[in-house]
Amino acid sequence: MVRHTIEKAAEIIFSLCAFMAVAAVFSITLYMIANGLPAIFQAGWKEILFSSVWQPTAQEPSFGILYVILTSIVGTFLAVLLGVPVGLLTAVFLAETAPDSLAAVIRPAVELLAGIPSVIYGVLGMLILNPFLYRLEQKLFAGSQTHQFTGGANLLSAVIVLAVMILPTVISISETALRAVPPELKACSLALGASPVTTVFRVTIPAARSGILAAVVLGVGRAVGEAMAISLVSGNSVNLPLPFQSVRFLTTAIVSEMGYAGGLHRQVLFTIGLILFVFIMMINGILSSILKGERLE
Amino acid sequence: MKKMREEQTERNAKKLLMMVIVVIGLLAFGSRADDMLGSSCQSVPNASLRGTVAMAGSTSMESLANGLAEGFMNRYPQVMVTAEFTGSSAGIEAVLSGSVDIGNSSRQLRPAEKAAGAVEYVVALDGIVMITDVGNPVGDLTKEQLSAIYQGKIRNWCEVGGRDMAIVVMGREAGSGTREAFEEYLEMEDQCDYANELNSTGAVMARVSSTPGAIGYVSWDVLDNTVEVLAIDGVRPTKEAIRTGRYGLSRPYVMVTRGGMEEQSEAVREFFRYLESGEGEMLLENIGVILIAPGEDKGNYHG
Repeated sequence: MVRHTIEKAAEIIFSLCAFMAVAAVFSITLYMIANGLPAIFQAGWKEILFSSVWQPTAQEPSFGILYVILTSIVGTFLAVLLGVPVGLLTAVFLAETAPDSLAAVIRPAVELLAGIPSVIYGVLGMLILNPFLYRLEQKLFAGSQTHQFTGGANLLSAVIVLAVMILPTVISISETALRAVPPELKACSLALGASPVTTVFRVTIPAARSGILAAVVLGVGRAVGEAMAISLVSGNSVNLPLPFQSVRFLTTAIVSEMGYAGGLHRQVLFTIGLILFVFIMMINGILSSILKGERLE
Repeated sequence: MKKMREEQTERNAKKLLMMVIVVIGLLAFGSRADDMLGSSCQSVPNASLRGTVAMAGSTSMESLANGLAEGFMNRYPQVMVTAEFTGSSAGIEAVLSGSVDIGNSSRQLRPAEKAAGAVEYVVALDGIVMITDVGNPVGDLTKEQLSAIYQGKIRNWCEVGGRDMAIVVMGREAGSGTREAFEEYLEMEDQCDYANELNSTGAVMARVSSTPGAIGYVSWDVLDNTVEVLAIDGVRPTKEAIRTGRYGLSRPYVMVTRGGMEEQSEAVREFFRYLESGEGEMLLENIGVILIAPGEDKGNYHG
């Protein structure tokens, strides 16, 4: 009897805990929609999404975040372009060719990279990357009358910081995927006379593609949602996302102006949050369809 | 062994005795100081004044508002002064809606706010200072040059008498009171073309000091030797120049009430009287804000 009661009570506690996560997601979704939608109707969705003029405190305010959305897309794309090859090849090294002693050094280092707080990436980017890129900027645009000098705080800095930040995600998930490839496949390839390098690129990686794709999508998710690190290195002016321009991302747009914003300005910041939320939801959707496809195979 | 322990106890007892003596001495002295304070309080005619004074508004005025609240409550122990820091516009909104007695604003009232019944009283001034990194030889800019730099028409320091080095234009984010005052001074609201928009005074100081060729603006009272100060039209932002208005790039610290002085509660009226008294002015001076030159117009209260 007592045993039965304990079992019952435990069951209830488990389901309550499980319900917490669901309740959190549900209430966040509701809250984002309730706070993000009013500004869309007040300022007009075309005005917000397709205008490039961001002057939230002017006499006749303008809330165009086209450049901000573009920056998030372009910045994330470039970071993935830079980070994924490095991450994937690191994973190949760890899974295929690394001697155990070396892997024992590299794997903890990668895990440590994932644990470093993002503000540290930002501060290091500000102290090391920005001055370096400023010198490059001065050389590239020497004598230019039209270029606005950013002091190194530009899209390129943000992309490099983001690329480093997505490395651990890409490496660890790709490595797991590569290790899951059945050894018979590799053995067949080698037996047919293919070199180890050919085997990696023509057999192992294609066989692990859905896992690698999942790694890329998770990396995109990490890059889209990052705020702290890039707010320190990207310059924060609303501009077209070109490598040496000061830019503002969806996340940093919220961070940088929430403090003093009031009225419609504040509501539009919530709308930006809603757009970011939709981005993340889409990425999650893609991820779960990839994983489902994998299970079907 | 036993002897040692006895010695130890004796020493401990002596220490205890000393401590007791010291504590008693402190208590006696302390109570005497208390007596002295108490007697001075009794000599104040309005010490029995009761009521509340609620303030809300500018974050820049935090040290000013807290200092005044503390000083006033010392003087009138029966009055409760509270201060919240929600931003200038929010403070003015709050005073107009009647949820607080005084709105603190680090900018002047807008015509619409005056029409809604807000009355302003300039308490002190805050200078806004143009800064560069320490390696920059340029020490002086005209107002026109400043406008041109912030509009992106001048992009190199050699155009204003400096070295051949790109100008990195830095400023604050939209909504900041400092940015508003700066752009208002140059008469180019929302036309500035910033290369870096930073969301705190500290961030501007840090980035300007670490970026060769940078220019930025910060509040007068945060200056230190990591940056170089620029004069505007030949006037350096000294305390005296800001006070007299010779250095024009400043903003007022304003206290706002709904309706004139005669409509306020006794506690609020006494609060403003305290502000003007010698004691109040000394307190403001100690906080480090810049008082307005005597004889200068302090707002609508006397007009």
